[in-house]
Amino acid sequence: MIRLEDVHKSFGDLEVLKGINLHVKEGEKLVIIGPSGSGKSTLIRCMNYLEEPTSGKVYIHNHLMSRKRRAFINKIHSSMVFQQFNLYPHMTVLDNLTLAPMKLKKVPRKEAEELGMMYLKRVGLEEKAHVYPTTLSGGQQQRIAIARALTMQNRVIFFDEPTSALDPEMVQEVLDVMVELSHEKNFTMVIVTHEMGFAREVADRIVFVDGGQIIEEGTPEHFFTNPTNERTKAFLSKIIR
Amino acid sequence: MFDAEKWSLVWTHRQTFIDGTISTLLMALFGLILALVIGIVIGFMATSHKKALRAIARVYVEIIQNTPVMLQALFLFYAVTFAGVNGFSPLMCGIIALGIYHGAYISEVIRMGIQSVPKGQSEAAYSQGFGQIATMFYIVLPQTFKIILPPMVNQVVNLIKNTSCMFLAGGAVDLISRTNAFAVGEGTGSAAGQGYIIGGVIFFIICFPLSMIASHWEKKLKQKDIQPVKVRKKPDDITDAELEEIIREKGGEH
Repeated sequence: MIRLEDVHKSFGDLEVLKGINLHVKEGEKLVIIGPSGSGKSTLIRCMNYLEEPTSGKVYIHNHLMSRKRRAFINKIHSSMVFQQFNLYPHMTVLDNLTLAPMKLKKVPRKEAEELGMMYLKRVGLEEKAHVYPTTLSGGQQQRIAIARALTMQNRVIFFDEPTSALDPEMVQEVLDVMVELSHEKNFTMVIVTHEMGFAREVADRIVFVDGGQIIEEGTPEHFFTNPTNERTKAFLSKIIR
Repeated sequence: MFDAEKWSLVWTHRQTFIDGTISTLLMALFGLILALVIGIVIGFMATSHKKALRAIARVYVEIIQNTPVMLQALFLFYAVTFAGVNGFSPLMCGIIALGIYHGAYISEVIRMGIQSVPKGQSEAAYSQGFGQIATMFYIVLPQTFKIILPPMVNQVVNLIKNTSCMFLAGGAVDLISRTNAFAVGEGTGSAAGQGYIIGGVIFFIICFPLSMIASHWEKKLKQKDIQPVKVRKKPDDITDAELEEIIREKGGEH
């Protein structure tokens, strides 16, 4: 579904990704973990070309990504949930959900709104359809961002640290929604997160990134009981207390 | 000042002031349209990720903003006239000169508006599959309107007042030129003071309501607290500059 071949990314002199090879299978729930500044966010942002790799290739469903093809490929294949939600503040919640399907996929308004309401219901916020996002709590905004991603009805969803900007008491409501989504076999989910309990619960595979490289990968079982790499061990011992 | 005879002289020549007002408004209207077109194009260029486009926009804005509009108008009028172009009217010259001048200022207003929208907004749109133009149209620009409207109206007021620069470049048709012609004219010169007052009153009547609208909007904006949602950051992610800002906001009490 998603394939990265020798992806490098530099910002000026700083090389953030140093040759990433990764294959995410259809329906796979892949969790990317790693310390701050390890390049994990850049890695997920290269997948939908919010960052253009300095070199290397990214394929989504066998389509080779490029700057020119980004809009089209993202439209038909993927959605993203951001750390800072990034809901459109000048639109109501429902309009946030229906804008892209209506404008990009030519879904008629009535149908798009039904779809939007369905997904709002799924994240438990149907009563907020007609308010503006800024009036809502962070946890609610992030659940709506997830509903917005779902309304595109694409099979890949990228989650870039979806709970890192939330107050602690709101983290769980967002994780609950994501856990529920992970039960769907069709969805391919790529998740950058620091929530290890959650990672263990939903991941088919965990990738540990440090210093711009994939240091270790394996099942949650492998990671949390028997990591082999020293850096992985050091990271996990710091983050799990 | 209260000499009825002098005021009646102004009244007799009212057509002069009416004509002047009309050509000033015409010049301002078409000048504004041109300024908007230039401002939007240059403003977009200034926010482009192509370095060359940004550079062109910067050079344009700096040159125009750092030379007097009067000089630009004079240069335009005499350069074009001496180049042998027939029928280059002062009105046309005013429209182009004011369009170029205020286009530079309006481009800065638009650039500021676009840059005030957080980057995450366009990233969200790109991630959904919107292209750059659609993102600008549906996501970025609608969020800039509230912010750019007050400075935009101020530009309109300045543009109307700057029609007075045409007094030297071509002249003869706009409100200032006509007012002055009246004031120094044989037979009407005795009512010079009254003539200038009327010219000023007409400008005031046009500009004051616009200024009021601008400051009203500005006040409304400040009340409305359009600050972006406060997002909690991890302590490790807070930069030194942000720390400074937080401390300043809290009055240094933390």
